[in-house]
Amino acid sequence: MPIRNKVVALVFGIGMLIIIIDLVRRRKLREEYSWLWLMTGAGILILALWFDLLKWVTHLVGAITPSSTIFLFAFLFLIFISLHFSVVISKLTDRNKELAQRYAILESELNELKKQYVPHESDLQPG
Amino acid sequence: MLPQVDVLVIDDGSTDDGRQRAMEAGAKVISHPFNLGYGSALQTGYKYVLKKGYETVVQMDGDGQHDPSFISDLLAVVQRGEADIAIGSRFLKKEEGGGSGPCYQVPFTRRLGMKLFGEITSLLIRQQVTDSTSGYQAMDRRVLEWVSGDKFPVDYPDADVIIMLYRAGFQIKEVPVRMVESPGKKSMHSGWKPLYYVFKMFLSILVTLMRK
Repeated sequence: MPIRNKVVALVFGIGMLIIIIDLVRRRKLREEYSWLWLMTGAGILILALWFDLLKWVTHLVGAITPSSTIFLFAFLFLIFISLHFSVVISKLTDRNKELAQRYAILESELNELKKQYVPHESDLQPG
Repeated sequence: MLPQVDVLVIDDGSTDDGRQRAMEAGAKVISHPFNLGYGSALQTGYKYVLKKGYETVVQMDGDGQHDPSFISDLLAVVQRGEADIAIGSRFLKKEEGGGSGPCYQVPFTRRLGMKLFGEITSLLIRQQVTDSTSGYQAMDRRVLEWVSGDKFPVDYPDADVIIMLYRAGFQIKEVPVRMVESPGKKSMHSGWKPLYYVFKMFLSILVTLMRK
């Protein structure tokens, strides 16, 4: 692999890892969702340093050039992460619905209680 | 009209004066903080009545489509224990003379969809279902417990719920009711939604059959 490619790949890989870890450090990204991104960053680094691995994988999947292997895996990664997000959004939607329903029921019960409880004059007077 | 029932109205994030008018008419109103959809609104009602310990409940759409004079017919079926859930059918003819049928022209494509899912449901639950899309129903406490749970599909719960309830071992019975065209308002089945509805219903029925 030309040295120029190697440097670019290394810079991107390291930059990505730094950004992800910093996001986790600043609590902008939950650990739970960081692992897929960390694996991608690590994958870029490993392939940049170990070109023979990329050549071997290219042969394995039957691609002709190593670049198509990279595009293939980049594409697969994006599909999987979107799918993962759809699952997460579905879960959040369910929880959101559950919360809104409970809130609505509690609010109506609270209003009912407020109506029943008419404060006496004496309750309002201080000590 | 039916003084012995308590009326609960679910306001699914409406912006008109519906909430106020329902309260003035003496109904209890539960308001969603934002629009959650038809199925979620039904389920909020189920959860509430379950929590309050009611034994039977009748659900009907708030758009005036369901003729309230059939409430007692639906209730009676459940209270006599003939079924766990009574579904009001606009296509079922009343036996004692005078056919009912819907008192309005159902658009052709919608009638086709109703027929299709009605036939599929009938086949799967081994019982004639003429109106699988009816939201005019009465149910007992056992069904309430089921529909309050997380297995209840909250977007367009129709035929798939009937199949799920059958598979959960509940007795289902159709009761003839009268439905009129919803006055004015746009139906929730408009625009691209029927297409999504057909897709959702097929998928929902398919995965229901795949679950043991």
